[in-house]
Amino acid sequence: MSRHFVIDGQRVPFEEGETVMDAALAAGVYIPHLCHNPEFHPHGSCRLCMVTVNGRHSAACITPAADGAEVENNSDVLMAQRRTLLQMLFVEGNHQCPACEKSGACQLQAVAYYCGMLAPELTHLYPKREVDASHPDVAIDFNRCILCELCVRASRDVDGKDVFAISGRGIGTHLVVNSESGKLGDSQFDAGDKAAHVCPVGAILFKHRGYDVPIGERLYDLEPISRVGDVAAQEDYNG
Amino acid sequence: MTHHLSVEDVIADLLGQWGHDSYNLLQILIGVQQVFSHVPSAALDLIADKLSLTRANLEGVIGFYSFLHTQPRGLYDLLISDNIVDQMSGSRELAGLLAQRLGVEPGTTREDGVVSLGYTSCTGMGDQGPAALVNNHALTSLTPQRIEQIAGLIEERMPLGEWPQELFAVSENIQRRDLLLDNDLQEGAAIDAVVSRGAEQLLGELEASGLRGRGGAGFRTALKWRFCRDASAAERVVVCNADEGEPGTFKDRVLLQADADRLFEGMTLCAGVIGASRGFLYLRAEYLYLLEDLQQELQRRRDANLLGEAILGQAGFDFDIEIHLGAGAYICGEESALIESLEGKRGIPRIRPPFPVTEGYRGRPTVVNNVETLIAAAMIAANGAEWFRSRGTDDSAGTKLLSISGDCKRPGVYEYPYGVSLETILHDCGAEDVQAVQVAGPAGQCVPPSEFDRSIAFEDLSTGGSIMIFSRQRDLLNVVENFSDFFVHESCGFCTPCRVGTTLLQKRLHKVVSGHATSEDLVMMERLGSLMRESSHCGLGATAANPVLDGMEKFPELFAARLKSTSFEPAFDLDAALEEARQISGRDDAGAHIEGGGI
Ligand SMILES: Cc1cc2nc3c(=O)[nH]c(=O)nc-3n(C[C@H](O)[C@H](O)[C@H](O)COP(=O)(O)O)c2cc1C
Ligand code: SF4
Ligand code: SF4
Ligand code: FES
Repeated sequence: MSRHFVIDGQRVPFEEGETVMDAALAAGVYIPHLCHNPEFHPHGSCRLCMVTVNGRHSAACITPAADGAEVENNSDVLMAQRRTLLQMLFVEGNHQCPACEKSGACQLQAVAYYCGMLAPELTHLYPKREVDASHPDVAIDFNRCILCELCVRASRDVDGKDVFAISGRGIGTHLVVNSESGKLGDSQFDAGDKAAHVCPVGAILFKHRGYDVPIGERLYDLEPISRVGDVAAQEDYNG
Repeated sequence: MTHHLSVEDVIADLLGQWGHDSYNLLQILIGVQQVFSHVPSAALDLIADKLSLTRANLEGVIGFYSFLHTQPRGLYDLLISDNIVDQMSGSRELAGLLAQRLGVEPGTTREDGVVSLGYTSCTGMGDQGPAALVNNHALTSLTPQRIEQIAGLIEERMPLGEWPQELFAVSENIQRRDLLLDNDLQEGAAIDAVVSRGAEQLLGELEASGLRGRGGAGFRTALKWRFCRDASAAERVVVCNADEGEPGTFKDRVLLQADADRLFEGMTLCAGVIGASRGFLYLRAEYLYLLEDLQQELQRRRDANLLGEAILGQAGFDFDIEIHLGAGAYICGEESALIESLEGKRGIPRIRPPFPVTEGYRGRPTVVNNVETLIAAAMIAANGAEWFRSRGTDDSAGTKLLSISGDCKRPGVYEYPYGVSLETILHDCGAEDVQAVQVAGPAGQCVPPSEFDRSIAFEDLSTGGSIMIFSRQRDLLNVVENFSDFFVHESCGFCTPCRVGTTLLQKRLHKVVSGHATSEDLVMMERLGSLMRESSHCGLGATAANPVLDGMEKFPELFAARLKSTSFEPAFDLDAALEEARQISGRDDAGAHIEGGGI
């Protein structure tokens, strides 16, 4: 007998061991997310995929699907909470979208549009962070890192290189690069690495690629993220 | 303090001591820190190389724990306990005095490298503060005279071992004894009970006793042990959670000091019941002073065949206990973060399921219990469920050790039957003119006098043991601020709502306290707080807004009194009106905002 749960009134089938997110994605139901990428172990840190399961809040990407569960995804309350979470991510870093090469193909920006986030009402933290341009092919702008750890997971689990790690604690948490200087150029990182192709935002960017696709014609300029899906899954945007 | 030792030799020693095992990375780093007052760059490469880890991985671990550093600390590393109760007894003033006397700003290391000064989260000495740590050794009952004395010792470069012992004296301060503290356990009696009566019968006894976890969550101990026993695995693990990081709690410290034998007996009992061969005591770094005695007690028990192979002559009953130290991270009291820390990693709470009882330390089924829970279990094994049920309520059997501090005449550890009212407690400890009682630490509840008839029990005021008392002379907003600062410092940083929310809440609260806030700020704090409550990954984030939310609910007048204006709401928000212009210009710096435009 096949198992189902119901998400916003729609029946979604699932296999034993799948999460709410897995089953929803397979059924074409969009749950906003940032740190999730089906190619990697679920992480559960951004909390954007928060839904309610039988009335209880939980992150869809790490919650096992349960037979007969009532899942709420698109409610006004959840959307409002997601807007606040998105604002938290915006004020935590320094995101000047109009000046960012990823604009239009950035998942943070696209999810913010989708959830109806307007101007940030929260206090900007303006952290002092750096840009690492030491690598010949790829640059990291730490100002835009949202700590999804996708690059960490990709480098560890796929590339087998462990180029990235997380250091610090609390609001001081930050991405570090594995090399004595801490610079990407001194690490084993290569543009062909999986880790170079998974960043959902404009933190890890290919150099020498100024605005190949004009603004206004980019991935999320044309269609909402709920229909296009993750930027990491798009050949055109990940060279 | 022994700089003549070479990094290579020290690391070779530590690697040997810790079995060249990458899972013991944290313990090795703590060892290096103790010798060199930091983890030098050369040590990073060497350890990474020997353990097949990366340098970045090590940096990540060091960066997580407050007591590990990549830059040298002073030879004397002084950290003043910054809990609100320490502050109330003058810790901040004493820190100022020390700073002046030694010529070092708090938060820095003196230029000559002799001394560092800073603040740290509650060191677990709430009944004998102001307290501090010097190179992780506890200093208690500080006074201006003692500060002078300490400054003198440091300027003379007196080795710590030669400092007057009274500076390090820690009293037990047991003020009330009941079931646990009034009764002894005959050595080996609890272990003998499982050997002679069998695991099933003991689980039945434990179930009948109604014992629930004393660490905060109140999970049924028999059930936890049974889940672990039923999980299929070649090896199982028992962990005692002695992280005791909840500000204002110190009862585990007293138990570790006075009752280590019964604790180890409880762990061995658990091992016998679930079939574990490995045990760990995770001891918070602040209790380093207990380490030697605890090691000796373990050795004594090995010698008495109460630990090791074939315990009490029972073939196949093999179990031993290792002590692992923490390194300054409150989150490592959360059981899955604790297991990560035991595995030498950053203390990030795991995704659950799987729960530790099925996949814990190195994937082995693991029971994690609080110190007090394990002692109670040992006593139940020896004395029976009925004996235990003679105290407490239906849902909360037995007694609870409370750590009582703050504005009262007799702070200390009190053992009460569950169901005791706050009124009784306040009377017994000599608290007068009480404005509020904080039950269960910053993550708990702030109880006003109108609710002092409430009782300590899982079904009413549930607590790991922290009771902090505030008289009417205290500014409760200071208390709320102190607690909010604590959570900013202790958030592990993994999930968005807690990592960012704690800081945003702290900033708004500061705006209120300094008299610059409007009622809009209160609305925003409410919104942030309820989001943190509902969307955080673990209990820390879920409760981190409690001081603010609880404060606004129970003491609204305190907040209202600090608002810039409660009646005037700007009809036209100039700053907000500029938003479109900011969007078009892509600017959002301070210059693109109008001061006082309202948020
Ligand atoms: C942020 C946080 C900190 C905690 N700190 C402690 C602690 O210091 N000591 C403790 O015994 N339990 C602590 N706990 C509870 C543990 O996760 C766990 O429930 C407990 O150790 C289980 O033991 P028990 O069943 O004997 O209470 C903490 C939980 C959280 C969420
Ligand atoms: S650099 Fe990109 S992929 Fe890596 S953690 Fe930051 S946001 Fe995620
Ligand atoms: S709630 Fe806080 S402490 Fe818990 S995982 Fe999230 S950031 Fe870490
Ligand atoms: S997508 Fe689920 S927590 Fe990030």
